[in-house]
Amino acid sequence: MTLFGYRIPMMASLIVWALVWEIVGRLDLIFLIPPMTAIIVAGFDLMQTGSWQNATLVTVRSFVIGMALAIGVGVPLGVMMGRVKIIDNIFGLWVNIFVSAPLSALVPVLMILFGMGEATIVVTVFLFAVWIIVLDARAGVMQVPPSLVEMARSYGASRATIMRKIILVAALPEILAGIRIGVIRGVKGVVIGQILVAVIGYGELFELYSRSFDMERFWALTLFLFAAAMVLSAVVENAEKRIEYYAGAR
Amino acid sequence: MNATALAADEFDPASVVTRDPVVRVEGICKHYGSVEALRGIDLQFERGKLTTLLGPSGCGKTTLLKIIAGLVPATSGRIIVNGRAVTGPGPERAFVFQDFALMPWATVLRNVGFGLELKGVPADERNRIARSYIGEVGLQGFEDKYPHELSGGMRQRVGIARAFAVNADVLLLDEPFSAVDEQNRRKFQEDLLRLVEMERKTFIFVTHSIEEAVYVSDRIVLLSPRPGRVSNIIDPRIDRTADPDDIRRDPGYLDVVEEIWQGLRHYAE
Repeated sequence: MTLFGYRIPMMASLIVWALVWEIVGRLDLIFLIPPMTAIIVAGFDLMQTGSWQNATLVTVRSFVIGMALAIGVGVPLGVMMGRVKIIDNIFGLWVNIFVSAPLSALVPVLMILFGMGEATIVVTVFLFAVWIIVLDARAGVMQVPPSLVEMARSYGASRATIMRKIILVAALPEILAGIRIGVIRGVKGVVIGQILVAVIGYGELFELYSRSFDMERFWALTLFLFAAAMVLSAVVENAEKRIEYYAGAR
Repeated sequence: MNATALAADEFDPASVVTRDPVVRVEGICKHYGSVEALRGIDLQFERGKLTTLLGPSGCGKTTLLKIIAGLVPATSGRIIVNGRAVTGPGPERAFVFQDFALMPWATVLRNVGFGLELKGVPADERNRIARSYIGEVGLQGFEDKYPHELSGGMRQRVGIARAFAVNADVLLLDEPFSAVDEQNRRKFQEDLLRLVEMERKTFIFVTHSIEEAVYVSDRIVLLSPRPGRVSNIIDPRIDRTADPDDIRRDPGYLDVVEEIWQGLRHYAE
């Protein structure tokens, strides 16, 4: 974007909105919107507190375990579905139902099954992230040109070698795209899970701050989550770009 | 023997003399469900010669080539290579694909050396061999490029170099020039003849272009469509010492092209 002949960087819009927020906050129109500067100060204060550090640790741990399970189960399942017709028939319908299902509605059921603790959050992250990872891995494997597989066979490659050197590499861009969307969904999963369970991690803090109308801390916490989701997505996106460089014009 | 004089209906495959066959195709039939793709194919491919499988689309010529390669199982019949019946791909055969089948994530060097990599040849040696074949097909300086940085013609040169690099006795080429533009295709055909001359390997070549078949082949096998059968075998006997442009104007060359066209035109309605 250019304004009066000057090139404006993308981040500039963030600053504009932060300024608008600051002005609205200073005018003291609604108690829901405190000034942006106050939120940032609250954010730094928050980082010093033991309750925040503890909540962050619990949140990151549930997220990492849930995502690791989602990737560990999702990628192999998607690859198998892309390669084996029977497996695709068995799982295809379920994956498609779950990928678009409102999973938040399941969290209360998960609470009964897994208790009011971290296990429920891990399962929630897993359920939010896994389906899109499966679908993208499957799509990636299915678009591998059959002639590449034939080529490897004609030069004497075993099934395992074909999987390792052709199929997984050829499907990597789609697998990574699935993981990126899975990560974003996983962040949603961890937040929604914790808010619904309401006694652990950020959920507990959100509950606390919103009940006591501590909006500065509430928004600071929200900003942390937004930033985390964007950074995680950017990290995976960066990995994708490197892959796309050599995946090139397919 | 003037095989070109044989008409399709009086043709007898047993009358065709083949010395020193490297590949023997015996009674190959192929069904896809209820569709009969190939019926009773008996053929022999001579060592050091280029034989073309020619026919209208849907005659099963690519299927037959893939059966010889061991990529597609035959419904019945046998493929014998160097005296041994084969059921799958083997190191004595190398395949060149119509769509090049290059790995887009690998450089030219790695693509050319991929057959050797799968054989477990150490990196130093396979890179050395790959480099020499990259030179042979005229791609020096492109070793570190990726396939999407090359033109269609150059990509197929990579595919051909990869097939040569594994040093197979038999090279199977599935319409290798069909995705290449016309000017490059002519250059390719001349280069192919040079490689046939130099490498002394057996080439089995699939094409639907009559001119291409007559120009490059020592022998042409005409297949009829659905189910594919051998309808005629023609030895063009073109004098290849002549200038390529003279060959394309040579009456003998044009007669063979015309002959094949007359044999095939009734399939084209």
